[in-house]
Amino acid sequence: MFTRSTAFAASADDMMPFNAIRLVLLVPLVSAGVLALVPNYRWSSRLNVVASLATFLASLLLFVHRPAPTALTQIDDLNIVFVVLNTFVTLTTSIFSASYIEHELETGRLTPAYLRFYHAMFQFMMFGMNLALVANNIGVMWVAIELATLTTILMVGIYRTPEALEAAWKYFILGSVGIALALFGTILVYMAARPVIGAGLPAMAWTTLITRVADFDPSLLNVAFIFLLLGYGTKVGLVPLHAWLPDAHAEGPTPISAVLSGLLLNVALYAVLRFKMLLAANPHTFAPGPLMIATGLVSLIFAAFMLYRRRDIKRLFAYSSIEHMGIIAFAFGMGGPLANFAGLLHMTMHSLTKSAIFFSVGHVAQVKGTQQLDDMGGLSVTHPMLGWALVVGVAAIAGLPPSGIFLSEFLVVSSTFARAPLLAIPLVIGLLLAIGALFMKLGGVVFGEPRGSTAPDKASYVPFVVHLMIVVIAGIWLPGPIVSWFHNVAHLLG
Amino acid sequence: MHGLAFDIAHLLAGGLVLVSFVMLYQDRMYALINAFALHAMLLALSVAWQARVQDAPHLYITALLALVFKATIIPAALRRIVERLEIHREIEAVVGTGLTMLAGMALVALSMVVMLRVTAGADPLAREDLAFALSIVLLGLLMMVSRRNAVSQVIGFMSLENGLVLAATGAKGMPLVVEISVAFSVLIAFIVIGIFLFRIRERFDSVDVHALDRVRRERR
Repeated sequence: MFTRSTAFAASADDMMPFNAIRLVLLVPLVSAGVLALVPNYRWSSRLNVVASLATFLASLLLFVHRPAPTALTQIDDLNIVFVVLNTFVTLTTSIFSASYIEHELETGRLTPAYLRFYHAMFQFMMFGMNLALVANNIGVMWVAIELATLTTILMVGIYRTPEALEAAWKYFILGSVGIALALFGTILVYMAARPVIGAGLPAMAWTTLITRVADFDPSLLNVAFIFLLLGYGTKVGLVPLHAWLPDAHAEGPTPISAVLSGLLLNVALYAVLRFKMLLAANPHTFAPGPLMIATGLVSLIFAAFMLYRRRDIKRLFAYSSIEHMGIIAFAFGMGGPLANFAGLLHMTMHSLTKSAIFFSVGHVAQVKGTQQLDDMGGLSVTHPMLGWALVVGVAAIAGLPPSGIFLSEFLVVSSTFARAPLLAIPLVIGLLLAIGALFMKLGGVVFGEPRGSTAPDKASYVPFVVHLMIVVIAGIWLPGPIVSWFHNVAHLLG
Repeated sequence: MHGLAFDIAHLLAGGLVLVSFVMLYQDRMYALINAFALHAMLLALSVAWQARVQDAPHLYITALLALVFKATIIPAALRRIVERLEIHREIEAVVGTGLTMLAGMALVALSMVVMLRVTAGADPLAREDLAFALSIVLLGLLMMVSRRNAVSQVIGFMSLENGLVLAATGAKGMPLVVEISVAFSVLIAFIVIGIFLFRIRERFDSVDVHALDRVRRERR
């Protein structure tokens, strides 16, 4: 399978000595292998950062030189956004992870042997996610998402406490069911494509599917989409298929929570979007929009209510991720240039903000020695830097101006008001509920009576600050080229 | 694709659905594992028959994988686990057998209605295969939700995967990529599960998933 694809690729771009897509895939894969062999954790955490940096630079190369689509990989305007975001957040998370794991070693929650495994899996997971994003084959994409899922399951269970094992097991069972349903949907898409395109690889390639989809059997496509939405929707964390998400976020290491929320949910969403594009290009299928609108709204409102009852800080932000995934699914379900634009922007901003919040939450939980909201308080007195970082992060995720989330939420709401005012009411109610819950919980943690340990923190603020700066700058001023880029993609999405 | 060829394919796929039902009402671990081995063996036969009928020799690899890996190695490994963990007897179902069987029948009826209707244009073999495959997938799901024991949930998951392989092979000319990857992912999945089971074993005296539920303290 690989020999065929490389032969194909070599003929497609002879001009370049290398292929940037291959770099984006090979760097994490090779470094996963190397990291599995490095015994010293200091070296491996540095190597992890270097590898992530190299992958990020390789993904930037895609802007300059875009390889032609091959039988197995492709880069277009849509997935390049996801790839660059993915590799960027990976880079900052690897920097955060370096300071995070040092503390975990000191407290004895992780041993050096486990760290070796952790770093190797971290890069392997990146390989899986990048492969899912650049795959030009619905089968390969499925395999890649499954790969990324399996590695995160291992990471979630890495502390081996009963809670962590339960979370991993739950994630495994629900994730596998989701992934199985997605495969069934994938097979159905192939069944629909075969009579038109003919048997073989082209009938599974995005590039051929999208051009020929208008002639596919619409009823097969309809059923396929339902399976795909259910299957990949489980991975997106849409209600009622979200049960794994809070546990997986709360019980695993915090860098993994950041990657889960910031990236893996996006990758699954990307898969849903691709299939939605297929359906949109066939005039006889049902409109997938209302289905996504409904699940999005249910997720948003359900998660907003659940936020009030959370007592664990990482679970709190996990539910906030469900809420935001609901908003994004809603926006893409609405469709049209403006709502799609808002959805894309919201997705990017949410990735950056939520991973930044997990960076600070990770350090907060470490210095306080607990994740329970009741046992921590008065951060602004005991750890002013961390406390204010959390305030800024929560303000940004709640969508207060000037954060980029405000801009994207504003666009979602206003485009909904323009086209379906009735739908805007539950949307706004959900948003307000979530804001209330977040600030209520935040108040106790940051202000109020100082509770919990006052040990000094050894946090690294660079990743947090970089993410938040981007979010705030985007909220105030989006550079012209980025706007036109997003507009272009929004049109692609139909 | 007439007469005998079609009938045999039909028989094998139908047999798979039947064995899925058989697995639903097993109340002993070893019997359940044996039923799963039979399931995998039928799958191997069915895939091999498809390979012959479709003249697609690469499908023989999938058939062989199913035979060696799913019908032989995995059941053997599961038996070892069951022996070590001493969970021969108990399989507590969440709901009664009768109710589970009824739900199973409803699911099969549902998948027949859905798949036969939407695939009206496809060739008859692929149609039947898809309908059967969806039934097997849904029955596997039912087994996963109706059992508390971790090992039987895993078996439910693997029977679900068998249904997917049946669907993939029934789709004529589906690239090999997928078949191998499905087999591969089952392998990976199994390793993961194996690790999990042993880890769970280290901490608990039972692989009953409810034992996991009991240890949790703070759920929010």
